[in-house]
Formats: sequence, C-alpha cells, structure tokens
Amino acid sequence: MTKARVKLPESAKVGDVIEVKTLISHMMETGQRKEPDGKPIPRLIINTFSATFAGVEVFKADLHPSIAANPYLAFYMRVPGPGEFEFTWTDDNGERVSEKVKLNVV
Amino acid sequence: MCVAPAARSMLRRQSILAMSSPTDSSVLDRRSFLLGTAAVAAIAPFLGAAAQDAAPQTWEEAVKKIAGDAQPVTDGKRLTFELPETAENGNMVPFSVAVDSPMNEKEHVRAIHVIATANPQPSVASFRFTPLSGRAAVASRMRLAGTQDVIGLAELSNGTFVMTRRPVKVVIGGFSG
Repeated sequence: MTKARVKLPESAKVGDVIEVKTLISHMMETGQRKEPDGKPIPRLIINTFSATFAGVEVFKADLHPSIAANPYLAFYMRVPGPGEFEFTWTDDNGERVSEKVKLNVV
Repeated sequence: MCVAPAARSMLRRQSILAMSSPTDSSVLDRRSFLLGTAAVAAIAPFLGAAAQDAAPQTWEEAVKKIAGDAQPVTDGKRLTFELPETAENGNMVPFSVAVDSPMNEKEHVRAIHVIATANPQPSVASFRFTPLSGRAAVASRMRLAGTQDVIGLAELSNGTFVMTRRPVKVVIGGFSG
C-alpha cells in the first residue's frame, strides 16, 4: 500500500460544498481467488477510509471485497473555515497510509 | 460532474423502476421468508469453515443487518443511484449514489450502504456522512460477479431508511481466478 492521490479544488470559500477525490493503489485481494494448486489466496483489502478536516470527521467508509482494486472515493464537504484534511486508509494487516492536505480557503 | 447526462439517466431510471415494481414488492416476501429461516442462520456458523466470516452471506441478511426491523421505503427520486446499464468489465464498475438532504444537524443522512445482491459477499461498502459532508453523495467503483441487481440503502438521521434497486448487466464477471 503506497501511492495515494487526492484532488481538491484549487481554492474554496467558507460555506462552499466542495468535491474531494481520492485514489490509492492497492490490489484489494478479495479472498475469493485460488492459486493454481487450489490453495485459497487470503483476503487483503483496505477495509476503512476516513477523512477529517481540522480534526473533525467529514466522511468515513467501511469497504468490503466487492470494492474494486485501487479504491477510488469521491465525496463532499461544506467548507467550515480554513484547515487541513487528513485522509487515512487502513488495510486488513493494520497497515495505514495517511495524507495531509491543506485546503486553500479564500 | 456533468448534470445533463445525470438528468437523462434519471428519466431512464424512473421507467426502469416502474417496470420493476413487482420485483420490489417481492422484496418484502423474501424478507419475511428470511425471518422464517433465522433459526437456520443462527446455527449456520457452526456448519463449516465457509461461514466463519461474520459478513452477511445473502443480500437479505445484509439489508436486515443494517435496517433491523425498519421497513426501507423504495424511492428512486430521493436516492439516486448512477450505474451503467451494461458493465463490460465486472472487475471495475463505476457508480455514484446520492440522497437529497439538507445535511444539517437536525436533518441529515447518516450512511449510504451499497449491496450487490448476487456477489459472493453482498455488502460492497458503507459510506458514513456527517453534517460537515454538505452533500450525501459518494462515487466509487465496485466488482460485480455477474448480471444482478444492486441496492442503495440510505440511513437517515430520523432513523428511517430509503432504498433504490438497480439492475446491471455484466459482460465479464469480476472476482475472476
């Protein structure tokens, strides 16, 4: 689990509802597949995503094996004021990736 | 996000809904059937390794786990679910789902759950919102094992549930290998 990408509008005003787009590379192994010798390949997916802004929760997702590889999530926020997003992805092994991105509030 | 195609497919969806209303009423029958089989479900965890995962194994169980005894209201205008009518590749089916709501402290959408009725594990995702979300809408991409109906189920702050059911034709199923 490595590369995460986040796209925010270049700037936003207080009260605007903005779209936040996120993408992370992850195979999202479903636990349904088998090796050629018939051994099941264990499940390994990102099971939780969360987004906070200035420390307050904006959006959260519980993901299951039916979410496609390299999970893409787009959602919204009503801008409460200046601040920084923190995005966190957590997988079945407890591995976490966090990204902090400041929103340009004008 | 462009508005015009969304509006067009909303019109299309209403006609789909009109056609599928007999199926929707059978949802209730299936749910009461599920209640009858609850005893079987209760002992299922002891029947084999396949059942050791606590995840719901049928879409009826998935809906029940979320809504409990509440009766979701089918409303394709309040909960709009954008999905391709035909998905060439079941490993990556884009979707977006939105619920009309003022999204303030008093009245908001707590969560939108997505359920693929014929996937090995029907629960796809649960998206949780707060008044800070501003809009109860989310877009992502899912795997679909084959042609099936997909359900969007929203949980509102007053404790009620709204749902929409959409058929998707899948050319090459996901979960391959």
